[in-house]
Parts: sequence; structure tokens; C-alpha cells
Amino acid sequence: MAQIVGAVTTSHVPAIGKAIFKQLQNEPYWKPFFDGFVKVRRWLESARPDVVVVFYNDHGLNFFLDKMPTFAVGAAPSYTNADEGWGIPTIPAFRGEQDLSWHLINRLVAADFDITTCQEMLVDHAFTLPMALLWPDQKWPVQVVPVCINTVQFPLPSAKRCYALGEQIGNAIRGWQSDKRVLILGTGGLSHQLEGERAGFINKPFDIQFMDSLTKDPKWATQWNSAELVEKAGTQGIELLMWLATRAVLGDKAREVHRNYHIPISNTASGVMVMEPAA
Amino acid sequence: MCNIPGTKLFDADMARKGYALNKMCFSFNEEANRKAFLADEEGYMKQYGLNEQQAAAIRAKNVLQLLEAGGNAYYLAKFAGIFGLDMQDIGAQQTGVTKAEFQARLDAYATA
Repeated sequence: MAQIVGAVTTSHVPAIGKAIFKQLQNEPYWKPFFDGFVKVRRWLESARPDVVVVFYNDHGLNFFLDKMPTFAVGAAPSYTNADEGWGIPTIPAFRGEQDLSWHLINRLVAADFDITTCQEMLVDHAFTLPMALLWPDQKWPVQVVPVCINTVQFPLPSAKRCYALGEQIGNAIRGWQSDKRVLILGTGGLSHQLEGERAGFINKPFDIQFMDSLTKDPKWATQWNSAELVEKAGTQGIELLMWLATRAVLGDKAREVHRNYHIPISNTASGVMVMEPAA
Repeated sequence: MCNIPGTKLFDADMARKGYALNKMCFSFNEEANRKAFLADEEGYMKQYGLNEQQAAAIRAKNVLQLLEAGGNAYYLAKFAGIFGLDMQDIGAQQTGVTKAEFQARLDAYATA
């Protein structure tokens, strides 16, 4: 059976792409952020994943308001990045793990998750930049399965529902007839708000509590509805839904291997965590 | 549903109201469309059927007005990208402070 080796959760701010392209990793503004990934990559060397299931939210590259799935699972042989309109360079294509894609799709629908399936799918910065932080040479040693959660148009799926999605994906991976090692990557957050008079809002105490909760009381954040989470974390901080789904894949117990938290990257409180399943 | 100061969730009302504006901004994913817009802003807006409130907000490049007209932050970011504006430019404009003041406000959260 397939093995879940652990999870990485990280912010995915577009400005990271510019910093990578301009090689600003050691500049004073960027160093506290990029340094947080040294230990992540060291951990990856021992975790040796073959496949990555990526929870992320599309920002208007693959999906427009004409068709807006709540949950979408990629089932493509490859996934490419494309121009998002504001000029960060595109990143090499990713190989899909189609067997796992369809296994997840079958298991999710059987478990009453009415997902959208995508045999063609562009992946935006929320997918590509975290991958580039994990593998800076961008020669991907892994195959991927994208899982996209709508955070563009309300109503959004509830935190509780995202957690349940993650749990089912965890069950499905553990039941997958394969000897592959699977990493879960969740991208977005932490607290930030881009629009309105409240733009620039950050909530450090909430972020810290949220990160703590992922190992101590992982369903803690599922007590709130979307509007309440926006109030606490900002309109884009709601991307913590990806962290919750990711954490849920690991099962009842997980231990924290590493974390970094830094304010600000662009308008965002940036965070990264590594977790492993625990007995 | 939501009573958070300075915040309007992009809900059903907004998704309906802003559809044409957001569809135009979504088109800015492509370089050729960004160029076509810059070559003839009025003609491009007409092609997407923007209403007068939306067109005026685009002419003014005013983010709060664009949001009021039904714009969604993610698509508006593609419009802002045409003019090389980053998120601190946009944040400063919306909150009525200079970019340096906005940046300082963000920095201050680190020690909050």
C-alpha cells in the first residue's frame, strides 16, 4: 500500500516568484522567509516522496466565474503554468500521477464528495511557487495530483467540509495499491487581506494559534464559518482551508517537524510547517 | 452574512454584478489582450459590455470603485498588473496612505 510520508504547508504569495527569478533569496527582506525552507528540503531528502498531492486555490488562471467548482481534482498527464497577467516567469511543467488521480476521484465520489474532474488543467502560482520552494532546481523528482478548492467566489466550502475532504483523501491514499511514497502539500495563507479599506490586515496571534492547533487540536479552526474565518484571518487568509485539508490527510495524530513564520512577505503573514503522521 | 468593517465578501450579488468587469480582467492573462486594451481602452471595455460604473472605475484605476462595481480581487490584480502596480501600491491606494506608510503598517504586525 502507498505510504503518506508527511505534509508541508506554506504560503504562496506571487512576489515569491519574482524573488526567485531575481535571485533575491539572501536579501534582508527575503532571507527570513527563504531560510525557513532549508530544513524543509533537508526533511524532504529523508522523506523521499514519489508523488505530491497539492491542495491549492486557483486565482483566475484555470477557472473563471463561468464555471467555478467547489472542489476540483486534476487527472491530467501533465500540468503547465501560464501567464497570469502580472509578469512572473512561468515554471516547467509537472508530470501527473493519473492512477492516483482516478483512485482519489473514485474514492471521493463513493464517499459522497461531488467533485469536478479535470483532464486538462493549468496550475497557477499557488501550485508552482511552493513546488519551486521545495525543489529550487525545478527538476521535479515527483509526480503530482492537484486538488483545487474554491476561495474566489462565496459560498466557499466550510472549514469542516475541507477537513472531511482531506480525511477522505487520506483514507484513499492509504488504500491505494502502490508502493509509492506520497507527500501532501497545502498552500495559501496565513493571515492577509488584499482588498477593501481593511487591506493590509494581519492577525499574528490567530496564525500562531492556528499553527499550534494543527497538531494539538486539528479541528479547532473548523468551528468557524467562512465569514468568521475571514474576520480572523482576512479575505485571503481564508486560504488556511488548504492547510486544514492537508492536515486532515495525515489522520488523527500528527507531529510537528518544523515551522517558520515571518511578517510580512508582500501583504502576507507567511508561514511554513512540516508535519508527519504520528501513532 | 458578513459585517466586517472595510470588507465585502465576493458573494452571489457581487458575482452577478461584476461579471462583465471580471471577465474583461480575466482576459488580461494573455499578453495580446493586455496590448489590445492599452491600444483602445474604450473599445475594449465596450467589447466586454462594461456598464458605466465599471468603465468609470477602470478609467480612474480606482480599486475601491472597482470593487464597488463588482470587481473581484483576483481578476482586478491582472488589471493592476498591466500598470506594474504591486500589492503595496494597491493596499496604499485603498487605505488612503502612502506606499511607505502601508509598508510600515505591515511591518508593525511583526511585533504586535
